[in-house]
Amino acid sequence: MKKDNPTKKQNPITDLLRMDRIPHIWCPGCGIGTVLTSFAEALRKSEIDLDKVAVLSGIGCTGRVAGYVKMDSIHTTHGRAVPVATGVKLANPEMKVVVFSGDGDISGIGGNHFIHAARRNMDIMIICVNNFNYAMTGGQVAATTPKGANASTAPYGNFEYSFNLPYLAEASGATYVARWTALHLRRVTKSIQEALGKRGFSFIEVITPCVTLYARRNRLGDGLNLLKYYHEKSEIQHGADTRTVDISYQGKLIVGKFVDIDKPTFLDCMNEHLGKVLGDKYQPYGVNND
Amino acid sequence: MVHFGNLKPKKGKIHIEKDMCKGCAFCVEYCPKDVLELSEEFNVKGYHPPVVIKEDDCLYCQLCETICPEFAIFVTLKEEEEEGEKGESRP
Amino acid sequence: MKKVKADPKGVLSGSHYLDGDYAIAEGGLAAGCRFFAGYPITPSTETAERFSERIPSVGGVFIQMEDELASIAALIGAVWGGKKSMTVTSGPGFSLMMENIGLACMMETPLVIANVQRGGPSTGLPTLTGQQDMMQVRWGSHGDYKIIALSPDSPQECFDLTIEAFNLSEIYRVPTFVMTDECVGHMHEKVVIPPAEEIELVERKWYTGPKDQYLPYKNDKDMIPFMIKIGDGYRFHTTGLTHDERGYPVINAECQDVCVRHLNDKITMNADKIIRLEEDEIDNAEIIVISYGITSRVTTRAVRQARKAGIKVGTIRLITVWPFPEKRINELAKKVKAFVVPEINYGQMVLEVERCAAGQTPTVHVPHCGGWVHDPDDILKAIKEAAK
Repeated sequence: MKKDNPTKKQNPITDLLRMDRIPHIWCPGCGIGTVLTSFAEALRKSEIDLDKVAVLSGIGCTGRVAGYVKMDSIHTTHGRAVPVATGVKLANPEMKVVVFSGDGDISGIGGNHFIHAARRNMDIMIICVNNFNYAMTGGQVAATTPKGANASTAPYGNFEYSFNLPYLAEASGATYVARWTALHLRRVTKSIQEALGKRGFSFIEVITPCVTLYARRNRLGDGLNLLKYYHEKSEIQHGADTRTVDISYQGKLIVGKFVDIDKPTFLDCMNEHLGKVLGDKYQPYGVNND
Repeated sequence: MVHFGNLKPKKGKIHIEKDMCKGCAFCVEYCPKDVLELSEEFNVKGYHPPVVIKEDDCLYCQLCETICPEFAIFVTLKEEEEEGEKGESRP
Repeated sequence: MKKVKADPKGVLSGSHYLDGDYAIAEGGLAAGCRFFAGYPITPSTETAERFSERIPSVGGVFIQMEDELASIAALIGAVWGGKKSMTVTSGPGFSLMMENIGLACMMETPLVIANVQRGGPSTGLPTLTGQQDMMQVRWGSHGDYKIIALSPDSPQECFDLTIEAFNLSEIYRVPTFVMTDECVGHMHEKVVIPPAEEIELVERKWYTGPKDQYLPYKNDKDMIPFMIKIGDGYRFHTTGLTHDERGYPVINAECQDVCVRHLNDKITMNADKIIRLEEDEIDNAEIIVISYGITSRVTTRAVRQARKAGIKVGTIRLITVWPFPEKRINELAKKVKAFVVPEINYGQMVLEVERCAAGQTPTVHVPHCGGWVHDPDDILKAIKEAAK
């Protein structure tokens, strides 16, 4: 080989990660690392000032993301990343605030915070890694577990209906809603890039393999088998009616960008309204930077 | 008929951090040119990391780099390296 | 510790006729609080209302969150975003906040929570008074941690102690509580708000060293680590997990030992500097009545009558409730015949008095289960009984 000196070269993602904390804790075949790479790539491509990006996570496997990214990052409590993000955004409106967390965190224990942040059109981005179960604690049934799937607290199969997260997000007021699988690397990157360029509440769901628990309990094979399932059963339908994008057990996965609209954010509304009512007494808040 | 003149496909050089690999084989499976395969050898963690078997076929699509959940593989552009050290070789 | 004058924008200088809830809001604004997240709950709601009315023209944000879980979570985010922040609540909401009070302690986040206490448990007495969260404020979140709690007995003190709470929370980087109650919260009295230049505030302990050397949890000489804010380019990490100086999770017994000892010791070792008591006629006292908040005002009458009856009664009013004045109580326990502890609960702070008396002198509890203040005669009876 020629003047090749691999020790000199670095994976470009290492600029965005706390390499002193890598290797990460995620299992072989887990897709969270892939989603994180897509996120890093989106940040790089959007050429955003990384000093002005805050990443917040809740608890769970995906909750560990905040600990790996080399940006201002807070690893909060279970389900509370969204309200903490609300506080960060309102205290410091110049920040791009990203909540990177799991389905249990966002739609289970943190479901109420999720819908209210969407309702207010809080200017934050949510990347929700959906692996269909509570993985960190051992594969318990979640609000997103498809009907019929097995979980450690649904040993006879899950008989509850599951959340259709894009529908929930849209109905609650999100201005950007997309769903992809971990296999749609480029599309995840593009969606994150688009959302980074937008103001308002954006929600990106990424279906991701959980090999150790969800796949094992359901005898679905390994990470590759799950990616193959995504490959075979994914159908891109941009602008699809979110009411129709329910996920059934090993059934069709409708993915795509479902919602992309513009409307004033919480701070826009606050400034506009209070400015109108209070007149000169009111100094628009965070307006130079927002 | 469209002519692309002397436009050449890009060539990539794949770098693998063997010991970071957890052997999920995502890169091997999804490389569009089948450049990689899992090696027989074990890394320090006891997994089979990928090896490059057809480097000349690599088109620098970087799919392996993005799909790798372990940040263990990345690709640089070959021509630029051959032309001389231009530092960062990303598009 | 860097001291600064209050920003005149938030200070409503002058003489006012305010209730305790409003005075808390004015205290917060004077202390520089520019972020308030809350959820309505009787009997504390007036503080949130006052904030929502006043803060837009002061240059801050008021947000009514979806619940108390979210309120305290938003506070934590706002504090790390660089704002001084507070919230207010009462019993049921206080219970919901416990989770993230633990997070605030673990991440050493300075913030202020006022609890306008009502009767419990559960929904209890929404509109009537109580002092029943005094142990919850100390022990309510899981794990070992220490907080600071103050107890005002008047609207004026609601104002003063809210400012002090902010100062203490910034000095020690710890959640600090204003533990008032429905009576004081809804009591209207004269509140004098001094000019801004007379209000002394403690500035956050900002880090100013080289960026690449910042460690979020490296103790300074005074045990308190420096703080930065999100967006300043430090790219720091903080977590609710047991962490090292870098703020990185370290899950083992050794790190836990360092981390937990620190959270507790920074308060314990500074307790003498934090604790404020109001003592009266202690020197020759045979009996000492220990009380706090509204109960200390009821006690005054009982004590006056007891003194008329010839009993040597001294009083201690706990302005700082937590950390508890262990040394002082222990010292006095050697001299007096008994402690009498009236409080509007079925026995909370009395347990601390008893612990610190350490068997040297008896402790007489005068309980009241909430809904109203004590009848002074009940306290008088207890004093007489103890003096026998």
